[in-house]
Amino acid sequence: MTNPYDIHKVRRDFPILSIQMNGKPLVYLDNAATAQKPERVIRRIHDFYQREYATVHRGVYTLSQNSTWECEQVRDRCRKFLNAPDRDEIIFVSGATEAINLVASGYGRPFISTGDEILITEMEHHANIIPWQQICLEKGARLKVAPINDEGEIILEQFRKFLSPKTKMVAVTHMSNALGSINPVRRMAKLAHEAGAVILVDGAQGVVHASADVRELDCDFYCFSGHKIYGPTGVGVLWGRKQLLEKMEPYQTGGEMIKTVTFEKTTFAGLPQKFEAGTPPIAQIVGLGAALDYLETLGVENIRRHEKEILDYATEKLAAIAGLRIVGRAKSKGGVISFTLDGIHPHDIGTVLDQEGIAIRTGHHCAQPLMQRYGLPATARASFGLYNTRDEVDVLVRGITKVQEIFR
Amino acid sequence: MIPEPKLSHLYQEVILDHNRRPRNFGEMPDATVRARGVNPLCGDDYQIFLEINPAGEIQAVRFLGSGCAISKASASILTEMIRGKDTGYCDHLKNEFIRFMTQDKVPPAMTEAVGKLKLFEGVKEFPVRVKCATLIWHVLEEALKSLPEKKEGGRS
Repeated sequence: MTNPYDIHKVRRDFPILSIQMNGKPLVYLDNAATAQKPERVIRRIHDFYQREYATVHRGVYTLSQNSTWECEQVRDRCRKFLNAPDRDEIIFVSGATEAINLVASGYGRPFISTGDEILITEMEHHANIIPWQQICLEKGARLKVAPINDEGEIILEQFRKFLSPKTKMVAVTHMSNALGSINPVRRMAKLAHEAGAVILVDGAQGVVHASADVRELDCDFYCFSGHKIYGPTGVGVLWGRKQLLEKMEPYQTGGEMIKTVTFEKTTFAGLPQKFEAGTPPIAQIVGLGAALDYLETLGVENIRRHEKEILDYATEKLAAIAGLRIVGRAKSKGGVISFTLDGIHPHDIGTVLDQEGIAIRTGHHCAQPLMQRYGLPATARASFGLYNTRDEVDVLVRGITKVQEIFR
Repeated sequence: MIPEPKLSHLYQEVILDHNRRPRNFGEMPDATVRARGVNPLCGDDYQIFLEINPAGEIQAVRFLGSGCAISKASASILTEMIRGKDTGYCDHLKNEFIRFMTQDKVPPAMTEAVGKLKLFEGVKEFPVRVKCATLIWHVLEEALKSLPEKKEGGRS
């Protein structure tokens, strides 16, 4: 059987993958932090600035109207990508972090009050902890944390017990950036709704490695960052149910998001502009569109299959290394492997691997409470993208052997 | 320009040895002063314990905590270098070492002043790791700051 996914061809789409790092071919395994960009995205942004750039939603001149049209095409593109019911539910933000802050503030201010509860999980990224902590402080609400098991999976029975009529908001990650665990979001959404809460899903990782079909997940908010999905930095998407977004307060105010302004009173624009104050990241939005187009050309299912194969291969190879412990062994996992080596600090692992041309992340992965849960100050993390190969996994394994030789 | 980094410059045998067998590692319940320092970026976390006599001399020093090979070796070597010295000397050595690690051009006098700590020079080829080498010296600084001020003639 021939594999329709030609990895060598795919790799040629990413100019950076052919560079040398410290005299070795670059092996880029920090995709959970940020993904590299295909030439198509880089060129689209370049061409857009060279020939098409102007402000959006303001100019009566053709250049601005075209620029607006390009951006609004991407809104449609994102609606389709998330299988969202309505294009007005797609809000352009700077990234998943801003999206969560927007909901914490825009939904939390009017709808969360003293004695209410917000439920998150132990595996959340700081970006899905701190905005909720802040709104709890402001409103006198309580932050509750549903536990995970040692494999790094949410314990659904416990999660259910943490829900109560006091729970107003549930905020969970679709996929853990530090462990790779993919959460059973649909079931969690059902439980949240039964308790009368709304649920936000942090899709920063999930959008890359799992299915981000918001109707299938049946969540109320979903968000992701463009740069992790092979698009540019500075742009991301918040999707929310229209009836919720309409009731929410604006997160920021200023230009673009108004209907009429006098010095006495302002009336706000409808969706989505109500949440898009100021000039948006125009070229980045266009670049995000190019990234989604690129993924579609490769075929999302093909990408999943390839990443699963690389994850399985890497898990098998790494697990076979004596003294290596994989942190996070969830049954349902995306392309992330966190690990520790006996007696060797992750930063020393990272430095030695770097000299082999291998880029991995080391540290607490912006998930300090999760690290405390495992009693670890830090881990090393290899995270895979659509362009990584078995050969690169082999280079990683040899690199780890070298680390162990230096520190034996 | 950062010199071309060489792993052998970073992980010298002496450093690896101190990482494997850190000297003066452990708690000191009756310390005169103690301090703790954390590097939030990488999670390195160390405590230092000093026993100081009325003359201002370090009678005993121990450290505790976890972190990378560079930070641990640096802490271990610190304990060997400051024992028996007075606090004024410690303060001086700390300043010299931090300057040695953070300045591009190091005059020969400074290299001489840091003595054995010269072996951390290779760390400078890996700029993000410099803070690993200096962390324990900042912890020492905190500990010394918490000492009650001497009435007169105190060296600083």
